[in-house]
Amino acid sequence: MQILVNGASREVRAADLAGALEELGYGGAVVATAVNGEFVAAAQRPAARLAEGDRIEVLAPMQGG
Amino acid sequence: MLRLYDAELSSRLLLGTARYPSPSILTAAVKASAAEVVTVSLRRESGGERAGQGFWSIIRDLGVRVLPNTAGCHSVKEAVTTAQMAREVFGTTWVKLEVIGEDETLQPDVFGLVEAARILCKEGFEVFPYTTEDLVVAERLLEAGCRVLMPWGAPIGSGRGLNNPFALKTLRARLPGVPMVVDAGIGVPSHASQALELGFDAVLINTAVSQARDPVAMAGAFAQAVAAGRAAYEAGPMEPRDLAVPSTPVIGQALLR
Repeated sequence: MQILVNGASREVRAADLAGALEELGYGGAVVATAVNGEFVAAAQRPAARLAEGDRIEVLAPMQGG
Repeated sequence: MLRLYDAELSSRLLLGTARYPSPSILTAAVKASAAEVVTVSLRRESGGERAGQGFWSIIRDLGVRVLPNTAGCHSVKEAVTTAQMAREVFGTTWVKLEVIGEDETLQPDVFGLVEAARILCKEGFEVFPYTTEDLVVAERLLEAGCRVLMPWGAPIGSGRGLNNPFALKTLRARLPGVPMVVDAGIGVPSHASQALELGFDAVLINTAVSQARDPVAMAGAFAQAVAAGRAAYEAGPMEPRDLAVPSTPVIGQALLR
């Protein structure tokens, strides 16, 4: 299915957020996730079902002031 | 000692981690500053490059506390969600809450700030709100559950120092027991000294260090300025006056006219 990951259109086979992250190369990475603007905690990712067109944000530590 | 929520800190300088020429200069600057708290942020991570992972490893190696920010958030919803994401990634309940109201000045939207602070305090966050020098807003933030305030000196990255020392003095005088960190707008070490001399508990510096010609040397200069400003505050500065008062005694002066 087609989803938006950090603003870019991506094709994923996985039906849940945990699987999609693995497929997209985030395996083992320290990231926080949101689906359609709502925070999804790491523990909830396997149960977070994805649907066509979902907007996923994958954020990581970055420099900040 | 400076107490910010549960943390007892020796250093009154908090340092931002953005805009350094290189990761090694960032590391050296943090060490030279003796800061025990650094600010960090969250940004989109690419599954290919995973740039954030390397940065996080550098910060963890420094062994300092992190204060995640909600920089760039313009709404309560964005700021709250960003804080929730930061709590998980950084493993801290601390959050420097920014809700930006205007793009050219990056002035805080104080109405959204109070609303977001109330939500986050109820969720167990320890909120460091980036606010203006407005006393009534400060009181609302305390009512919302904040136990530290971060009034601005001047717009973020402007380096203008304390734009409104009169209002900052009023804020300090009216809320004497509240830890306050002057955040944003400090350009040179003398600005930091001034903030500490006025009785502010600490300063948060980023651009003034990271954009200096020699960030590591400037970090050291800020550390000295902050220590000097605090020492001066504790020593009790004299009151300024309009006319001269001779410092050398006039009694016993020779008559040589």
